Amino acid sequence: MGKVIVVTSGKGGVGKTTSSAALGAALAQGGDKVVVVDFDVGLRNLDLVMGAERRVVYDLVNVIQGEAKLTQALIRDKRVETLYLLPASQTRDKDNLTPEGVEKVINSLKKAFDWVICDSPAGIERGATLAMRHADVAIVVTNPEVSSVRDSDRIIGLLDAKTVRAESGERVEKHLLLTRYDPARASRGDMLKVDDVLEILSIPLLGIIPESMDVLRASNLGAPVTLADEGSAPARAYFDAVRRLKGDAIPVTVPGEKRGFFGKIFGRKAA
Amino acid sequence: MNLFRFFSKPQSAPAARERLQVLLAHERASVGGSDLVTKLREEILKVIAKHMQVDDDKVSVKMERGAKMSTLAVDVEIPFDATRKAAAAAAAKVPGKKAA
Repeated sequence: MGKVIVVTSGKGGVGKTTSSAALGAALAQGGDKVVVVDFDVGLRNLDLVMGAERRVVYDLVNVIQGEAKLTQALIRDKRVETLYLLPASQTRDKDNLTPEGVEKVINSLKKAFDWVICDSPAGIERGATLAMRHADVAIVVTNPEVSSVRDSDRIIGLLDAKTVRAESGERVEKHLLLTRYDPARASRGDMLKVDDVLEILSIPLLGIIPESMDVLRASNLGAPVTLADEGSAPARAYFDAVRRLKGDAIPVTVPGEKRGFFGKIFGRKAA
Repeated sequence: MNLFRFFSKPQSAPAARERLQVLLAHERASVGGSDLVTKLREEILKVIAKHMQVDDDKVSVKMERGAKMSTLAVDVEIPFDATRKAAAAAAAKVPGKKAA
């Protein structure tokens, strides 16, 4: 049985879709069978970020409403053959996502894939709660900025209350992915420190993704950043995050921090 | 290092512009379900369903939306059984055979 991951944040624009695509691609590049599911009904964008926007025939709502089979709606990536996308509907109302329908789809996907990555919409409404509902693991995407941290805290609360695991007394494994980290601003002291965010949210750190032109370039080209430029700083950060997700205890490096800080970094608990 | 990389790579903005133009042209056209490719897809599947029981797993539909043209590929696995039944039905309709 595959693992279900929700990529969530509460706040919009922090990098959920970019991270879903990059983490999904990175896992698939390592040979795992991965499906990335877009839960943002009405405002889908994962297809665009993954470069499959011209090939969408059926979507999640079609499958839930019985208008198409799951196998018909899955789009295989043209570059990595173990990577699949299940797009959201662009035209339908999000009320078409039913809890029973979502459960059925997730259960079928779990049987066929090693990883089911649910790209949550922003907010705390139906789409977001359904995206996290069946998660085994949650990746909370946060920017080092006050409103993002506050919204992440809210989402962590929901993960502990509204998921199937929480309701049955189990725990959803939670990880923090700090994105759009700007070393220049950090060195000027104008950005929340990594340790501050970690202390406030008190969940383990999965990785720090630096703010980078490479992320924008990748989305322009319609490729997850781990595929668009494997050697770029954000791609390497995503590859490391994936290794930690799979249990490797590799230290987290803070972009832009000097080697003198290495001891401190080493001391930080990795996810 | 960063500057070097910046200049050595082709610009990505033109690709973004072109992708958006194609996508939005299709999306605007499909408001109200009037997108030709979608309509064709639905009608082709209806015609197939008229002649045989369609097992969704045996039908694969692929689309590729382009700037100058789009492609629609409908792959249907037709079981031998359905072919035979259709032939029998056609034979029954021939007047000469009916008389015999």
